[in-house]
Amino acid sequence: MKRSLMARLWPNATALVLFVVFAFPVYWMFATSLKPAGDIIADDPVFLPTDITFDHFQKALDADHFWTLVGNSLTVTVLAVVFSLVVALLASFALARMRFKGRRGFILTFMIAQMAPWEVMVIAIYIIVRDADLLNSLVPLTVFYMIMVLPFTVLTLRGYVAAVPKELEESAMVDGCTRRQAFVKVIFPLLAPGLMATSLFGFITAWNEFPLVLILNKDAEKQTLPLWLSSFQTTFGDDWGATMAAASLFAVPILVLFVFLQRKAVSGLTSGAVKG
Amino acid sequence: MSVQTERTDTGTAAAPGVRKTDVTPPGDTGSARRRGGASAPYLLLLPALLATVILLGWPLVKNGVLSFQNLNPRQLILHLTEWRGFDNYTDVLGGSDFWKVVQRTVVFTTVNVVLIMLLGTLVGLLLARLGKRMRLLLMLGLVLAWAMPVIAATTVYQWLFAQRFGVVNWLLAKAGWSSMADYNWFGTQISTFSVITLLIVWQSIPFVAINLYAATTTIPKELYEAASIDGAGTWKSFTSVTFPFMRPFLWATTFLEVIWVFKAFPQIFAMNRGGPDRLTETLPIYAFVEGPGNQHYGMGAAISFLTILILLGLTAYYLRTVLKQEEDEL
Repeated sequence: MKRSLMARLWPNATALVLFVVFAFPVYWMFATSLKPAGDIIADDPVFLPTDITFDHFQKALDADHFWTLVGNSLTVTVLAVVFSLVVALLASFALARMRFKGRRGFILTFMIAQMAPWEVMVIAIYIIVRDADLLNSLVPLTVFYMIMVLPFTVLTLRGYVAAVPKELEESAMVDGCTRRQAFVKVIFPLLAPGLMATSLFGFITAWNEFPLVLILNKDAEKQTLPLWLSSFQTTFGDDWGATMAAASLFAVPILVLFVFLQRKAVSGLTSGAVKG
Repeated sequence: MSVQTERTDTGTAAAPGVRKTDVTPPGDTGSARRRGGASAPYLLLLPALLATVILLGWPLVKNGVLSFQNLNPRQLILHLTEWRGFDNYTDVLGGSDFWKVVQRTVVFTTVNVVLIMLLGTLVGLLLARLGKRMRLLLMLGLVLAWAMPVIAATTVYQWLFAQRFGVVNWLLAKAGWSSMADYNWFGTQISTFSVITLLIVWQSIPFVAINLYAATTTIPKELYEAASIDGAGTWKSFTSVTFPFMRPFLWATTFLEVIWVFKAFPQIFAMNRGGPDRLTETLPIYAFVEGPGNQHYGMGAAISFLTILILLGLTAYYLRTVLKQEEDEL
């Protein structure tokens, strides 16, 4: 497996360039948020900020309703993900492990549901929620975020359940476990990476959701962070330091969660529970 | 005899679903097990199905109903129901705006998906070729871009492409394109779309690349060995081993990307509200601006409904393929 120097060099060089391309916008967000205003509006951009200031973060944190909106976003997102995980786990188990009439039809239903263009259904949802007198409430948001992530959760978990070897379950049952015990003690722990990966994507979807909250919750105290962030620049004009600080605050939880869980989920999947 | 039944039941996998214990008296075992086994999957599916049917079906039906109504601020506030028959549809389909938006959306989707799939595949194959350390580095970059929340990413791109002090304009000017020094990216249709496309492609490549890389690691090494024994070079082993192995994955991902890009909302809306002059409105934005924006909810609903139909049409063919695959698999 000897390769010439060039053959070894170009993939690494390309990878380095690509790394910069992909990481730069994220880096630039953090860099701008930490730079003093003078460095932000410099004729030549300051790529490595030496003067670090937290003024922009202070400004973003002091913005109206920030902590209320953090609470709103967390409430809505966590509840939606937890509900959909519970509901999806049951369904995915049936779809992955059992044979029954209409199974394909159910899978197709979830596939269609997964494609549901929620972005274009917001008008109908707005009218429904308004008629129910639930505008400016977190309840419709939670409910609809739950259903937005549910089909994906079902279909993904189905894959994870199916990936757990049937033999494990059967041998647990041979050893005297009931079907439920086998599930709780054998399958469930093996599913943990799958559950984490799936909930991660559900979390991101719900945390980022924009069109629905845009139309449903006009009350500034009942909004979620994406809305706050998108209106931030309008409120603060061209204050890019504060805007980038706000964007950082919004992005950090997701970035941390993602980098952490992505590795866990992948390593859990690849480490392999059984050999042979 | 009883052992025989036991075997078949486990084999079909439906029966054990509700078997609480293995020591039920032999008498009822058979019938109870069969009855329970038959309904167990449906019971497990019930919550998910109910939620889907109600929460997805209801807005869909409501959308259909609204599209036949005359629903402007007056009717909305007074809770009046005025029917308009097919007038919303004739208005939408008769006007030239709608068709322009459709055309724009199709072109926008095609450009994005082609770029995403092509570049994503290349990056994925590159990941497979890299050494461990470089792969981790590139993965880190990809994961950062992937994880970036859409609205945060949109905001950052607005800053990157800002007319004054934006780093992209600075870079272009430094590279010798001095007319770009104060370029307003959000002033024309093409340039706004370019920024949006760049944003979407940047955020979508990681998904394709990382999954493709993960899939390549599952290709049995023996296949490559066999190919090289048969005298296959790099390209040949790609076309005869990697690509056939990847095809279902690539096909599924292309379909997902088409759906995602077609209904992309926050990127376009938050970037420039569909501007300048409503020239970057794709179908979802168009429906939103006509409906809640201009307070013509009936019209907006009609546009939404047509958009949903287009999406279904786009993917109907794919679904057939997926169903076939499912059949083969199970």
